[in-house]
Amino acid sequence: MNKLYIFLKYFFIVVWTVFVVAPFLWALTTSFKDFQSVNGGVTYIPWVDFEPNLEGWKVLIKSPARGGVDIIEPYFNSLFVTCTASLISIILGTLSAYALSRYTFKAGFVKNNDITFFFISQRIMPPIVLSIPFFLFLSSINLLDSLTGLIVVYIVLLMPIAVWIMVDFFNKVPREIDETALIDGCNPYQAFLKVVLPNSIPGLIVAGMFCIIFGWIDFFFAFILTFTEVQLLPVKIVALNSSVTPWWSLSASALVSVAPLIIVAFIVERYLSKGNLSGAIK
Amino acid sequence: MDLVAHKLSYKPDDQYHLNEVSFNFKEGNLYTILGRTLSGKTTLLKTIAGLLTPDSGEIEFDGKNFLKVPVWERNVAMVYQQFINYPHLNVFENIAFPLKQRKIDQSVIYEKVMDALKSVGLVGYEKRKIQELSGGQQQRVSLARSLVKNAKILLLDEPLVNLDYKLREQLREEFKNLFSKGLADETILIYSTTDPRETMELNGEVIVLDEGKVLQVGPAKEIFENPNSLKVAEISNDPPMNIIEAKISDNNIKFEGINLEAPQHLSKLTEEDGLKIGLRSSDIELNENGHEFEVELAEISGSETLLHLKRGNTKIIVSIEEVLNFKIHDKIKINFKIDRAYAFHVDGKLASSPFGGLNG
Repeated sequence: MNKLYIFLKYFFIVVWTVFVVAPFLWALTTSFKDFQSVNGGVTYIPWVDFEPNLEGWKVLIKSPARGGVDIIEPYFNSLFVTCTASLISIILGTLSAYALSRYTFKAGFVKNNDITFFFISQRIMPPIVLSIPFFLFLSSINLLDSLTGLIVVYIVLLMPIAVWIMVDFFNKVPREIDETALIDGCNPYQAFLKVVLPNSIPGLIVAGMFCIIFGWIDFFFAFILTFTEVQLLPVKIVALNSSVTPWWSLSASALVSVAPLIIVAFIVERYLSKGNLSGAIK
Repeated sequence: MDLVAHKLSYKPDDQYHLNEVSFNFKEGNLYTILGRTLSGKTTLLKTIAGLLTPDSGEIEFDGKNFLKVPVWERNVAMVYQQFINYPHLNVFENIAFPLKQRKIDQSVIYEKVMDALKSVGLVGYEKRKIQELSGGQQQRVSLARSLVKNAKILLLDEPLVNLDYKLREQLREEFKNLFSKGLADETILIYSTTDPRETMELNGEVIVLDEGKVLQVGPAKEIFENPNSLKVAEISNDPPMNIIEAKISDNNIKFEGINLEAPQHLSKLTEEDGLKIGLRSSDIELNENGHEFEVELAEISGSETLLHLKRGNTKIIVSIEEVLNFKIHDKIKINFKIDRAYAFHVDGKLASSPFGGLNG
């Protein structure tokens, strides 16, 4: 029984690992191939099956004039837009969530839960509904095809996620903790900053992670709201495609674009394994 | 510096949490707020702390309008029934928190925190995380944090209710020592509880609260000996006082075919239409020559046996300082120590007590 359990455990771990790692290996090897090795049958092992070259990677940094696509600028654009929008969303979202969790709002029939739902409903709507309003809105304030415009739009998209996660989190932090902070001489702002926030780090991390992921992978709005001045990575990668599908550079760009998320995942995993996500608040 | 409240009312929904509560708390005294759950004890304490604003009424402290002072400037301390501490700080930092908030010198903070740790018996635990402590220890940290501030008003909201029996006894004993050790020289201590025994042991001034209304105010002994109404008698006894519907005539108390000679303090009562006789569960004893009752339930709690008895429509609870085994429907004989009986009017007011209290 015990041996069977161990066998099954490792069996499924191996299957799952293959499932997760195989695409990466495929992309990695493909990124070093040329036209011949991609189309000439199944090949896996460099130097044995095929002769590796760096052409796929070089295309990503070469300027268009020299036959490349140059994803460096879009890459940093994407990083900048995602991080800025996520940070602002987290700050605004956390503050709104705290207010929604602790204070009672009432305007006619609109109450706290309705306001919370209003935030979430922004994500329920299909993005295409918002595309034309956003386009007109940005063009009217002259922010089409600019980083600022993208950040504004991304805040609209990401803040609901932060609000949603943080309201739920703050509701689980006992109100008595805030009250004790007030009794111990904190004003409401200090109580929030010194007591509630330090105990909400796990929630902040989860919310931040979701914001970064959703910001980073967005293609739709980046495609609609930018033209030539500013380009984001997902849009630029599509531009790689031509009459002959360049599998090698597509693979390389896929690896490059997934890298930040992997780094974020590793950092969070470190934090998780230290046991910091559990037990902070009963 | 006295804490005076005048007609505090708070009614957030269709029920009064506080209903015209007035009091006059003097410094250096211990006040116990006794009441059942949802009687408004926590609301009252939170109002004093400033966490709630009453709908109407006034609170004055040291002659100044207390309601205009925000919580963080009131210099009060509060211990909750749930063990509330700051989970992100260790024991030392938790206790030091209110002092740091006041920007006190580091070395002074260290000294004061160590003193507080000593007084709650947690020396050596400074570096521990809150989550690593047991419930009793967490509550001690919480108590230490409230002691360290030298607050003028110390509020304890059922601090022992979530602890297990043994710890409760132990901590109650420590509380008594702490309170008597001069801590209370200039502090107003307000302690809320549902447990009459705790009230009697702490032996302070008692405020009996029910549905947001103050029913009776007085020293613990006075509340115990002369409850001014049926409700107070119920709240201030555990198990609740037995209430027997009876008639008094010709110096006899009659109920369920039992005829008892009225003791002196009840003999003057002449109400024919009925009285309620109150008798503590400990004032009834087993007696071979007594009156026959049927056992409905016998529960053993600690070294005590609680017998739920029935005769006709009269149900009573008897507590016996012994572990005894009875079966349901057993017939047993009991004797009433009728000279310890209370009498209440039909409207619930005290008619006569064995200790001479009378406010009929």
